[in-house]
Amino acid sequence: MAQKLAYLKETASQTAGPYVHIGLAPGAAGFDIYEQELGHDIAGPNAKGERIRIAGRVIDGMGAPIKDVLIEVWQANTDGHYAHPEGGGPVEDAFRGWGRVISDFETGEWSFETVKPGKTQGRNTAMQAPHLNLWIVARGINVGLNTRLYFSDEPEANAADPVLNLIEWEHRRATLIATRSEEGGAPLYRFDIRLQGEDETVFFDV
Amino acid sequence: MSRPADYYMRNRAIHPPAFTPDYKTSVARSPRYALISLENTVSEITGPRFGHNDIDPGDNDLLTNYVQAGESPIGERIILHGRVLDENARPVPETLVEIWQANAGGRYRHKKDTYLAPIDPNFGGCGRTLTDENGYYCFRTVKPGAYPWRNMVNNWRPAHIHLSVFGSGFVQRLITQCYFEGDPLIPICPIVQTIPDPDAIEQLTATLDLNATIPLDSIAYKFDIVLRGRRSTLFENRPEGN
Repeated sequence: MAQKLAYLKETASQTAGPYVHIGLAPGAAGFDIYEQELGHDIAGPNAKGERIRIAGRVIDGMGAPIKDVLIEVWQANTDGHYAHPEGGGPVEDAFRGWGRVISDFETGEWSFETVKPGKTQGRNTAMQAPHLNLWIVARGINVGLNTRLYFSDEPEANAADPVLNLIEWEHRRATLIATRSEEGGAPLYRFDIRLQGEDETVFFDV
Repeated sequence: MSRPADYYMRNRAIHPPAFTPDYKTSVARSPRYALISLENTVSEITGPRFGHNDIDPGDNDLLTNYVQAGESPIGERIILHGRVLDENARPVPETLVEIWQANAGGRYRHKKDTYLAPIDPNFGGCGRTLTDENGYYCFRTVKPGAYPWRNMVNNWRPAHIHLSVFGSGFVQRLITQCYFEGDPLIPICPIVQTIPDPDAIEQLTATLDLNATIPLDSIAYKFDIVLRGRRSTLFENRPEGN
């Protein structure tokens, strides 16, 4: 017998269930309990860069929108810095870079407002194209799904992005690119996430 | 000298797979293609941080955080406490732990829950706290009841509390459920049984902790949470910033 390794084992994941809102978005569950709910303001009032809105749906393998999904966002500021000691550099006061959004109970549509992130440092010397990191939990999802959202108006950066280029099937890269349009003169990106089937979104084991 | 680098690869053998057909909702909500493996970058190693100005000190007491004056929720008064550690057995300090649960009768305070067991007017069912410098957290609540759900005709969830934990990098993000020692519903629950590893299920089961009870007041359960650990770079040529 060899020696035993002393590492602990990670606690196993379980689904967030249909009532995830009680814990993480109680206002949506139908009651006010906290002075402030977390995750409503991603960029804060002082963030530099372009203000954008992102909207979409999460669609199941039957083609139906999921109406009880919760998505968390983690992103850099316009300089490509994360609000973290190892984030690459300073961020604006009150820039958190993290947000939490839920889908509408009737339509499954979700949206949030933020600023467009800058390029971030990749592994080694490569730069990563501007992207948001998304984490998706819901009833029926046993382990939170990680994906990335890239921007359709960054074709050159996207073409050089080391993570997009990891995806062997080139046509699947398009599932990670949000489409830019205008809404009342302001930029809007559409990003539908397909959990399963045709045009299934790329999910990462991070 | 070494410095912290990538997180350890997630051991998917202890986590439920995406497609677990006995838990029926997973059938249409599980990706069919393989996950694309991604070595950590700054996007994965970093994550949100929370401070004491984000939450109120009383947010971890579910016996009082949603009561009418002079009232108290009905149910078994419990303390749920433990530590958040990483796979290296190091404490994870100052990290946000959020919980939610049904009341003593198995009813959730949620507009989509229509179970006939009544709402408790003095119980909300959510709490949150930051771990201290030793990774320790503590909640006071009532023990939740089992409740029925539409999966197979006669499925009942074991008593459970949902937990959400952050850690210091976004790759440590975890949502799980805590069960209670000795509950006979645990081995027959299709959601528990999505987990392939019996030891991993045991690790989700809180232990009665008589030493932490408050005599004549509250019984206690201990539940430690383990997040992914992190490597130190020993021999690796890589410019700063990973």
